[in-house]
Amino acid sequence: MDRRFYVLLLTGVVLAGYAGAEASAQESATAKPETPQVVEPEVKRRDIERPDIDTENFEAGAFVGTLSIEDFGSSFVYGASFAYHFTEDLFAQATIGSAEAGRTSYEDLSGSVELLTDDERQLTYYDLSLGWNALPGESFLGGKRAMPSALYLTLGAGSTRFGGDDFFTVAFGAGYRLLVNDWLAVHFDARDLIFESDLLGESKVTQNLQFTLGFTAFF
Amino acid sequence: MTRFLPTAVLATAALLAAGVAAAASAERVVVQDPYLEFHSGPGRGYPVFHVVDRGESVDLVRRRTDWIKVRSADGKEGWVNRGQLERTLTTEGEPVKVPGPSPESRTAHRWEASLATGDFDGANIVSARAAWSMTPTLLARADVSQLLGGYSDGWIVTAGIAHVFMPKWRASPFIGIGGGVLRVEPKATLVRAEDRTDETAYAGAGVRGYLTNRFLLQAEYRSYVVFTDRDDNEELAEWTAAFTYFF
Repeated sequence: MDRRFYVLLLTGVVLAGYAGAEASAQESATAKPETPQVVEPEVKRRDIERPDIDTENFEAGAFVGTLSIEDFGSSFVYGASFAYHFTEDLFAQATIGSAEAGRTSYEDLSGSVELLTDDERQLTYYDLSLGWNALPGESFLGGKRAMPSALYLTLGAGSTRFGGDDFFTVAFGAGYRLLVNDWLAVHFDARDLIFESDLLGESKVTQNLQFTLGFTAFF
Repeated sequence: MTRFLPTAVLATAALLAAGVAAAASAERVVVQDPYLEFHSGPGRGYPVFHVVDRGESVDLVRRRTDWIKVRSADGKEGWVNRGQLERTLTTEGEPVKVPGPSPESRTAHRWEASLATGDFDGANIVSARAAWSMTPTLLARADVSQLLGGYSDGWIVTAGIAHVFMPKWRASPFIGIGGGVLRVEPKATLVRAEDRTDETAYAGAGVRGYLTNRFLLQAEYRSYVVFTDRDDNEELAEWTAAFTYFF
């Protein structure tokens, strides 16, 4: 009994609402403006949007190669680099590398003398450098493939930890970057890490040359 | 197992369709210059190997520094300079705005990142620095530096503020104050001294000059007071030169 009453009531409310809406629709239809606009503006104000393009100015990668540590022979070196390209010409680069030094000729000849402990033989360095794409161009591989490439120069400062000490290090280098595709690059680098060392008693400026092959990705 | 196959296929198809839709909605611009020049690489040194005529449209693919990779209607891809791309129109006929440096960015930029090196009271200093410009004349700054000296090494981390007097001038003087923490590690081979970490504060002045619309050169002198737990506070002088990129 109750339920039927509710259904009736609801139907009544809905019908009343519908009729009301109908009436107001008719009202608004009759209340049209008497002077219609001759030209209706169709121009909307649009916000100018920047094109949404993927910007790839960062470059990160790893390298392996050989590092000649003055007086301590040549060793395998590996490391990572991170770069940000400001313009087509200039970039900033952070590099970190690590190598294990060999023995000096004095240690080899004397037989039992150890100048450094195993821990102290571990050389790690970092530097913050500025790079300049001095000679951009294209490299041709056979007759059909041309790859963008650049010869660049870097100069920076950092620190080298070696022989239980930290040394202020000036790093300068030259490298060749070959872009295999839009995001992958191959690097051939030659760098000189220069620091003043007093590990062998007398303080002297050491030149430590490094040659590496690396791969980086742009993102 | 086979029940899930149609669902998987449908889902894949839906994903592919979404991908195609996304690809189709790539940014497209209409060439307004007589020719749009396609370079083979992202730089002015790379040769022009293709041109697209006025009125034709190209899709924007990716950007590296001031160069944008575009794809023409016939599928050719090349790199176009930002300056030339700004003389194109969108498909709705509006000018294309490509963000990049302009003379206004000298005073309107928000962030600065610097590499600095110099002398910290006889020791070499290598420093990475960042600054946020609250107003064109007021900067909030933070530095992390490594000190490499003959008798001791160390680290110094500071935060501070700087006031630039004439940000619109090509070169402007500035002053700054700040504070932080100094850690000194004496070299074990020379003296038997302990590592110590002390609070420090500095006041300094310098000059900064705009190299281009994106780079600054800064030279700065700072006088540090180190609050040691000994009887006397230590006073140290720092001279640095910094190369700064702003954006």
